[in-house]
Amino acid sequence: MHADPIAKSAPPPSTADLVRRSLVRKGRWGVAEIGFWAVAAATLFFLPERHLILNEIAIIGLFALSLDLILGYAGIVSLGHAAFFGFGAYTAGILAKHGFADPLLGLGAAALAAALLGFVTSFLVLRGTDLTKLMVTLGVALLLGEIANQASWLTGGADGLQGISMGPVLGLFEFDIFGTTAYAYSLTVSFLLFILARRIVVSPFGLSLRSIRDNPLRARAVGIPVSRRLVAVYTLAAAYAGVAGALLAQTTQFVSLDVLAFHRSADIMLVLVIGGAGYLYGGLLGAIGFKVLQDILSGWTPQYWQFWIGLILVVIVLVGRERLTDKVGALWPRSRTRPAGQAQVLPATPAREV
Amino acid sequence: MLTILFDGIAYGMVLFVLACGLAVTLGLMNFVNLAHGAFAMAGGYVTAVLMNRYGVPFLATLPLAFIVPAIMGLVLERSLYRQLYARSHLDQVLFSIGLVFMAVAAVDYAMGSQQQLIQLPSWLQGRVEVLGIQVGLYRSFIIAICGVLVVALQLILSRTRFGIRLRAAVDDPRVARGLGINVSMIFAATFAVGSGLAGLGGALGAEILGLDPTFPLKFMIYFLIVVTVGGTTSITGPFLASLILGIADVAGKYYVPSLGAFVIYTLMIVVLILRPQGLFARAR
Amino acid sequence: MAAALETRGLVKRFGGLVATDNVTFRLEQGARHALIGPNGAGKTTLINLLTGVLAPTSGQIFLDGVDVTQMPPERRVQRGLARTFQINQLFPAMTPLETIGLAVSERMGGGRDWWRVTGSKREIVDEIVEIAQRFRLTDVLDERTSNLAYGKQRLLEIAVAFACRPRVLLLDEPAAGVPEAERHELLATVAALPRDVSVLLIEHDMDLVFSFADRISVLVNGALFAEGTIEEVSTDPRVRAVYLGENVDE
Repeated sequence: MHADPIAKSAPPPSTADLVRRSLVRKGRWGVAEIGFWAVAAATLFFLPERHLILNEIAIIGLFALSLDLILGYAGIVSLGHAAFFGFGAYTAGILAKHGFADPLLGLGAAALAAALLGFVTSFLVLRGTDLTKLMVTLGVALLLGEIANQASWLTGGADGLQGISMGPVLGLFEFDIFGTTAYAYSLTVSFLLFILARRIVVSPFGLSLRSIRDNPLRARAVGIPVSRRLVAVYTLAAAYAGVAGALLAQTTQFVSLDVLAFHRSADIMLVLVIGGAGYLYGGLLGAIGFKVLQDILSGWTPQYWQFWIGLILVVIVLVGRERLTDKVGALWPRSRTRPAGQAQVLPATPAREV
Repeated sequence: MLTILFDGIAYGMVLFVLACGLAVTLGLMNFVNLAHGAFAMAGGYVTAVLMNRYGVPFLATLPLAFIVPAIMGLVLERSLYRQLYARSHLDQVLFSIGLVFMAVAAVDYAMGSQQQLIQLPSWLQGRVEVLGIQVGLYRSFIIAICGVLVVALQLILSRTRFGIRLRAAVDDPRVARGLGINVSMIFAATFAVGSGLAGLGGALGAEILGLDPTFPLKFMIYFLIVVTVGGTTSITGPFLASLILGIADVAGKYYVPSLGAFVIYTLMIVVLILRPQGLFARAR
Repeated sequence: MAAALETRGLVKRFGGLVATDNVTFRLEQGARHALIGPNGAGKTTLINLLTGVLAPTSGQIFLDGVDVTQMPPERRVQRGLARTFQINQLFPAMTPLETIGLAVSERMGGGRDWWRVTGSKREIVDEIVEIAQRFRLTDVLDERTSNLAYGKQRLLEIAVAFACRPRVLLLDEPAAGVPEAERHELLATVAALPRDVSVLLIEHDMDLVFSFADRISVLVNGALFAEGTIEEVSTDPRVRAVYLGENVDE
């Protein structure tokens, strides 16, 4: 039976072609991906009454994407990622309050400020064990929260930063009370940053990050300057988080201490865990899942929805994150390596310093 | 001045009793248990409920404030925690944060979100003057109890069979297992005792630290500071770290209230950068 | 001509323990040199010193005549010193294709490239293909590394090091744990390594040492105990006494 006569008559592809195709395939967009963004764009027109919550989802999605860059791709566990989110939010908010009302200007400033903070603090995160990393990231976020609380002349302290008024996006689109401009703005920014992130993770730079996550010892042994790569990705992720924070400040025209709170860092981890780390869409899908859950659960038991969030975390961990993400991965064949048959031939690599 | 020092020591002692269980879990199992504060909260609420609803005297509630969290700890260790020892730190963090959230919401549901007030017996109220220093009676009581506990813990660890086995298991679980020590049972027992101590600390500290459903989140960072700064190789490290933290916090809040927790966090970050293994641990 | 790799008076102390004791050693250009020694002789410490994972207490290390003693590990790799590990150190979640591609593009300075897709450059692809063929990995390029047979993983272990285009290659017990059926393939690829790569083989297996190396150094208690051609070392009565004895008499 020759089901495919063309393939038979064509010369067999050389190994080089196969190699190139296999490598470049990761860079191509799959149908599901295009579909995902098409649906996202369609909601701009079809779900006008949901634009406020969709705006939040886009922002949380971007924030989770930034955590994915360091957690899913570089393997840095952070309990204080809200530091960058909050720093970006306050930067954008304070700028706008003092008359710099152009949203894109604020966005750029927030990205720069957060990147700078990320760059400086990245050196703290390079050293020590997972536990010290946790503590240092947590400490930085708490420290910023404390500063924001005390410097009320600048941040409004516990009352929050009020009196933000934003100019129109690109000088054309005024923010409206239905959140349509806000959503379109957040979605566009998130989309553009997503494209950039997607480029980065399939580049040699992105590949080197994954190798560091998998086995830092070996990564160093193939000549990868591990520390420099981690500094770079931490700075980048900080900038992303800063932009997400700025979007929140600009579209809600309010910043409170809440943006730096511990539960922000914990929530965003949950978002990423729901969606699955390490394939970029986890943050976005997780954001949708998280908001939907929040909606249902807080409708059910308004005050105590945190209980169910906790329960979900516990269950996810007990069932096994890997198994869940692999299932999602199976629906998303192009963006992940297939986890065919889980025969663990490798010994659990002790990736410690020899 | 000396009063502040005294209060700081009392505060530090409570912190140590609260956190020493965590030091052992972390050192022993390399398990990041962010839910440690939930056991402390349980102890605090046991005391509060027994006193306020059933009129049990304060002292009589303390044993229960130890036993109830200890049993909870034992049950959770055997059923859930045990499965996560071999997992990544990320999994442990997610799992224990989940537990914290559940505990916070559940206590809020059952008890309400208000502060729990504990009416101390009259003989523990007030202050007396000793050698020209104003000394709170309750603070003295805490220092006495916690002091006895510290000495007892040190003795148990250094003198008893259990202590020797525990230290062997901390040093190298595989070798300990090879020597026929039932490491799994030691873990469970230690976890239970650690949770119990946390509960006792929660009960004793309720008057000083306050007690409401957000307790585990509010003090999580303090426990972690004690453990990471003190190191997990001995109990002296966390003990000294607790005292420093207690004194620094009380003094900081008294002299420079505007800086608040700023000093503590900065100190912690600096220490962790200079000594990632902890201030009092031997560097490896 | 400078030695491919040279140490002078290399010492490493851990507290009171002397793990490397005044080792002065030359690996000639194009050499096939074996380093043997009983367990605990300090072979692993020596490798870690050479590759820069550990810093020596005193002494110097030269790579092609250049002092690299203070250089971080990744710089030494960039200068042409690569190693394999006794216990596989691979990237379990990546494919062999990605693993080799990573090493190749990193060497070509592509690791900072964050815009182009990996493999969009012709020369990278060509080199991946060449390495995959040399190490007989073409059939499994798209498998997940953790799913490979152990022998293939062992081959990949060497392939990754080779992809760094080393002038000096340190092979740390390359055949350790490889089942008999897959062993031949592995030894053949090791034997076929190009002559312009100088190889230092750290090995327990005397058959492999004798078939591969032309010079042998014996390390005992951290110090170089004997050195010479196979002939010299295998007939040296002192070496037979401390080390070869039990193997030769088998």
